[in-house]
Amino acid sequence: MASGVKPRVKAPKTASAGEVVTIKTLISHKMESGQRRDSDGNLIPRSIINRFTCDFNGTNALDVEMHGAISTNPYFEFDVTIPESGDLQFTWYDDDGSVYEDVKSVKV
Amino acid sequence: LTALPLRVGAAGEDAIAAFTGGADVSEGGITLDAPEIAENGNTVPVGVSADGASAVMLLALGNPNPDVAVFNFGELAGSQTASTRIRLAGTQDVVAIAKMADGSFASATKNVKVTIGGCGG
Repeated sequence: MASGVKPRVKAPKTASAGEVVTIKTLISHKMESGQRRDSDGNLIPRSIINRFTCDFNGTNALDVEMHGAISTNPYFEFDVTIPESGDLQFTWYDDDGSVYEDVKSVKV
Repeated sequence: LTALPLRVGAAGEDAIAAFTGGADVSEGGITLDAPEIAENGNTVPVGVSADGASAVMLLALGNPNPDVAVFNFGELAGSQTASTRIRLAGTQDVVAIAKMADGSFASATKNVKVTIGGCGG
């Protein structure tokens, strides 16, 4: 599913050096688990986002391996340490090879 | 030393073994937040918190595929805490296993009662 995927990220625009900030992310995706059947009884093939990463200025903060049991429109809430001004880079990896990205700048 | 005090299915056992490499898993040192009763198994909020963990694996033992997610905390992780929303096929045990920085493993289990299962169909 490459259409209609929209990442949303809630992150503070400013922080003090070394501050721990809470990030909330949501990406619209149906996360087809591969367990459901269509009306003819055929299995609907799995189609999910299988990995999510959050980096700050190239240094990793969180790397999540995701399976079919993650709900539709995957949501994550987590903490990141902000050592200096820079960019938070969010990346989602789809089963179909698509990569969805979002960037949020944080000023110290 | 202590084995997991629960009835883990074969698939769940395999997933745990793959994560721990067969090492012993102790109770405590990790917090698993999940509701006691989830009305809708399609989206159940869960949170894990384990100070000093490098990774946390989340399992839903009653799902057709027990794997849920593995959180790997990087250098800039502000805390070893994360929350998300998961699918549960029915009432079951949700397990979180933390891999600590010193190579030990800790687990927490929570039973979640599910009113409407979350595997579609």
